[in-house]
Amino acid sequence: MPELKILIVDDEAPARARLRELLGDVAGEVPNRVLGEAGNGLAAIALIEREAPDVVLVDIRMPTMDGIELAQHLAQLERPPAVIFATAYDAYAIKAFDLNAVDYLLKPVRAQRLATALGKARVARPLPTEMLQELQPEGRSHLSCHERGRLLLIPVGEVLYLKADLKYVLARTREREYLLDESLTHLEQEFTQRFIRLHRGVLVAREAIVGFERNGAEDADTHWLALVRDVPEKLPVSRRQWPLVKSYARQLST
Amino acid sequence: MPSIKQNPAAHRLPDFRNLGVMLRLLLGVNLIALAAALTLAPDLLGWLPRYVELAVWVEPMLLASLLLLALLRDLLWRLPYAAAVVLVLALVALQAALLQDFWRFMGFADGGWAALARGALLAAGTVALMLGYFHLRAGALSPAVAEARLQALTARIRPHFLFNTLNAVLSLIRAEPRRAEQALEELAELFRALMRDHRELVPIADEIALCRQYLGLEKLRLGERLQVEWLIDDLPGELLVPPLLLQPLLENAVYHGIEPAISPGLIRIRLSRRGDELAIDLENPVGNGGAHHAGNRMALANIRERLALYYDLEARLEAKEDGGSYKVHMVLPCRN
Repeated sequence: MPELKILIVDDEAPARARLRELLGDVAGEVPNRVLGEAGNGLAAIALIEREAPDVVLVDIRMPTMDGIELAQHLAQLERPPAVIFATAYDAYAIKAFDLNAVDYLLKPVRAQRLATALGKARVARPLPTEMLQELQPEGRSHLSCHERGRLLLIPVGEVLYLKADLKYVLARTREREYLLDESLTHLEQEFTQRFIRLHRGVLVAREAIVGFERNGAEDADTHWLALVRDVPEKLPVSRRQWPLVKSYARQLST
Repeated sequence: MPSIKQNPAAHRLPDFRNLGVMLRLLLGVNLIALAAALTLAPDLLGWLPRYVELAVWVEPMLLASLLLLALLRDLLWRLPYAAAVVLVLALVALQAALLQDFWRFMGFADGGWAALARGALLAAGTVALMLGYFHLRAGALSPAVAEARLQALTARIRPHFLFNTLNAVLSLIRAEPRRAEQALEELAELFRALMRDHRELVPIADEIALCRQYLGLEKLRLGERLQVEWLIDDLPGELLVPPLLLQPLLENAVYHGIEPAISPGLIRIRLSRRGDELAIDLENPVGNGGAHHAGNRMALANIRERLALYYDLEARLEAKEDGGSYKVHMVLPCRN
């Protein structure tokens, strides 16, 4: 049996040490090698891209980027590693895992149980995306995009607007644009609190709107353009969305 | 040791020195006066002048009675309930008669036996109504009910904490067996305290020791991320407080303030005594995205209800988010 390359992601050092010990204990049964450790999802992604592990052992509750979000970004990789969640107690997640037949470990983890999970991981199917999204009702903290074989992470807070672009979505930050392989409708549902729809093809970050101006072009189907902070582009507001956007803007000015 | 078990018993007069009881008496008696004014008034609008007229009689009576009852509380508690009730009624009736006579002396009212008897009877009747109300209320909050409520309310520790701590201890066993032993001993002590009878008040020194133990265990797994600062102004260690009042608040602070952050966070606890009050202040950083959710509100509501069961209106608890930190301010009466 080829050696399984493993990465451990947990914010608590003792928990990582414990998993290392256990992996050593089951090495006879399931040959494995620990490539490295990370303290949160964000740190893990860089490590995973570089080391290309076969299996990632992921804690659910972590600062900066939790395990659920990490799994969502990993699904974007060309050859994603198998993800095994480990949690001390998270009744909600455990119920979702059970419903979707996703394998997980309960901390404290038993060696035998770990060996079984690693055995199954060799033939693991990708995790169901809908379940992961459901487990994260507040949405992800980062968006991810593929660029020249690398996975780039864009903090959601830095995105000024999102624009449909053929089968992709264009995300604009202050510095540059990114192409995301996602649907605008999904993004709108995931981040209702943060973005507001201006047009069939445009979502803008609520806090990024700085004003509106009349559209000069006579033939235009839209009469108003929204001004966004830090970037020169003006975004069209559709006739249908105008009343909603206007009332939101009024809330802002009062 | 004082506890809720000996407090609002159904066969006892209320604690006339408790602020809540005083407030209820003030409100209740004034409501009765209001009802009387409404009855006496010739038409609906006439109630206000009537009420003012009555208030001239009622308020001095009421205040004098409150003072008297507060002074005599301990004596009244020593008597059997029936005797105590008779004594209270007699005292109030006598007081009303004296006041009536004083008004006559001042020339505000007519004298005569009939007037004296009427004043005394009305006063005694009002007090009897109020005592009846307190009797019913004590029944509703009878020791059995209140105790069961307290047991149910006393915070249970998060399973999240137990399993994570056990996991951390397991990681120590091979490398640092001594530390693992010590951690298990501390965990045992913490759970012994958690499973104690929660109706008894405990010395504050014990509660502080328990909290230090809890934080020590959290530090085991969180390491440098958890920073704690205690500020204890010379506090008598034997001061009695309800058990597990501070620990659930600390648990919340760790869960919502320390765990979601990657950089070290500081939990500051300050205990100070101001006159007859004990003030407990707790401060922790707010995790990104305002992580104070339902779980935290429930814990606060829970502690509030326990404080009400122990102290009625004399204790309070406030929580607010303020510029990147979350602050809890709690005040209890000192009863020693």
